[in-house]
Amino acid sequence: MDFLTILQIMDSAVRLATPLLLACLAGLFSERAGIFDIGLEGKILASAFFSAGVAALTGSVWLGLLAGVGASMVFSAIHGLASITFQGNQLISGVALNFFASGITVLVGEAWFSLGGRTPSLSGGERFSPIELPLSETIMPVPVAGPLYHDLISGHTFLVYIALIAVPASWFLLYRTRFGLRLRAVGENPAAVDTAGVSVIKLRYAAMVIAGVLCGLAGVYLATGLAAGFVKEMSAGRGYIALAALIFAKWRPWHALGATMLFGLLEAIANRYQSIDLGGIVIPVQFMQALPYILTVLILAGFGGKAIGPRAGGVPYVKER
Amino acid sequence: MEKMPRWADVALIPILNLIIAFALSALVILAIGEDPVAAVKMMVTGALGSTYGWGYTLYYTTNFIFTGLAVSIAFQAAMFNIGGEGQAAMGGLGVALVCLYIPFPHWALALVFAMAGGALFGAFWAAIPAYLQAKRGSHIVITTIMFNFIAASLLNYLLVNVLRPQGSMDPASARFPEPTRLPTFQDMFSTAENVMFRGTPANVTFFIALLACVGVYFLMWRSRLGYEIRAFGKNPAASIYAGISPFKLTMIAMLISGGLSGMMSINNTMGESERLIMNSVEGAGFIGIAVALMGRNHPFGVLLAAFLFGFLYQGGGELALWTKIPRELITVIQAFVIMFTGALDNMVRMPVERMFIRAAKRREG
Repeated sequence: MDFLTILQIMDSAVRLATPLLLACLAGLFSERAGIFDIGLEGKILASAFFSAGVAALTGSVWLGLLAGVGASMVFSAIHGLASITFQGNQLISGVALNFFASGITVLVGEAWFSLGGRTPSLSGGERFSPIELPLSETIMPVPVAGPLYHDLISGHTFLVYIALIAVPASWFLLYRTRFGLRLRAVGENPAAVDTAGVSVIKLRYAAMVIAGVLCGLAGVYLATGLAAGFVKEMSAGRGYIALAALIFAKWRPWHALGATMLFGLLEAIANRYQSIDLGGIVIPVQFMQALPYILTVLILAGFGGKAIGPRAGGVPYVKER
Repeated sequence: MEKMPRWADVALIPILNLIIAFALSALVILAIGEDPVAAVKMMVTGALGSTYGWGYTLYYTTNFIFTGLAVSIAFQAAMFNIGGEGQAAMGGLGVALVCLYIPFPHWALALVFAMAGGALFGAFWAAIPAYLQAKRGSHIVITTIMFNFIAASLLNYLLVNVLRPQGSMDPASARFPEPTRLPTFQDMFSTAENVMFRGTPANVTFFIALLACVGVYFLMWRSRLGYEIRAFGKNPAASIYAGISPFKLTMIAMLISGGLSGMMSINNTMGESERLIMNSVEGAGFIGIAVALMGRNHPFGVLLAAFLFGFLYQGGGELALWTKIPRELITVIQAFVIMFTGALDNMVRMPVERMFIRAAKRREG
């Protein structure tokens, strides 16, 4: 395997990790505030469809971005309504939203475009184009560092950079601000937050809003950055992989970056090689595809440090009557 | 003081939830420019208007009874088994291995062994998440989701690399031998001059599903084990105090749940496709969630809900065939049903409760 191949695989890993990272951070905010979010998958899918659909109709990817994020926020709001206001079961609400997304995207897609649930292929201003970072051509001739900068670091769409910036930003917000402290507290012990005179409901809805935006960006990137348009079920389990990455990262932002990069790399390798021959032992591609899930189960089972989520996760907060 | 009479809890609230879910579905149909009344008519004709329609409706119903019962038993033990999809897929593998590699003289014998094979494989696939939940505290919802994906990859591998007959391009197992063919409704109910259920997949498994409902009823409401499962689900702390082992009950409830999911495969794999195919479950494991919620975790409720979804499934297929409404409408309806009977239950329950309390106060004067 030469340097160029490794570089290509790494490059593809970064692209594939981006939607995972955004969705994973979305889940991070939600779960840190004590709301389980297995509806990440649905939010990604809905956002992917509405961003691609609106971009195709209006010719502007920016309007598409607004529509995608908007769709994801609507899903977040419904999830908040069910799990915060009506104190319903958060897992069931997430499952329902996932089904809703997978159905409604095809229904609306068929009504708008009559292409069997797809949107037309996006091109030009309907997609996000790669950004060439300054000097990338100039230092290209420099060995190793040149191609590394030119191929791996430069030349992604702006959402990739947003996702990377979102990691330190999330860390700062969660660990260095008053809002972050309260948000984490509300996921561990909401009664204490309530006693301190801070509204549990408002904090949890705020977490839902942040999760909606981040997850929306994941879907927008999927349909207008990574791919050129929407196809049926294009989220393909990414929301669940993001959830797996969240557990893998033990609900911490920097670790989320590491986990999603690892899962992105696995996907990139699985895409490139049908099977991998390790000196006589052949690893089938299906194993590579299943590896994120297997790793998550192992982590959940407590191999390699215990993964314990926020203590109040999944429990609706009821004030004493 | 009782908040509500029992009939309101058992019938009124579920019906109100369903009405909201269906009203929203009608709005969705309107929004995409179609006529909901015409759509319902077409669904009724397509699903219930002929023995052909019934043959498909009852076939789907059979699948959903198994997965619905599976989810409901886990719910009773306060566990959310989202892994029905993977457990049913693994059940399909069990059924396929039994049918392919054991030479059976008669279908009845094959059916018994296939049931055992499907249930065993399904139960095994539920056993690992159950063990991890009971012993290591890993959240069963997450592990069962992960196991769905792992099952899909595993079956993909086995079908492409191991079970696929030589020379075939199709990622599917070889056809099961003739003696394992289950009698279909067409075989059972047609007379010499009148062919009923022509070409439909409904088969003898439907009666097994009905028996499963009866069996689950006796297990959950008429046996000591069922009482323990329900007590554990309602109040784990109290039931542990009463001497119930949480490890044992978690395992038993999930084994039964996985076994029922796995048994679904005698319907689709042995009864319909007669070979193991890729993605044989087609989402029935997930529909089980909606069925269990709508059926209020009671076998009789599950039976009714499974029939409703069987009707929706077949009717939706007819709609997709004759109108511009895609099949995915069913997924949307399913989402509404799960949302309103599950997560947003309180939205209806709270005002109705208040209404009854007010009425009771007024009576007392």
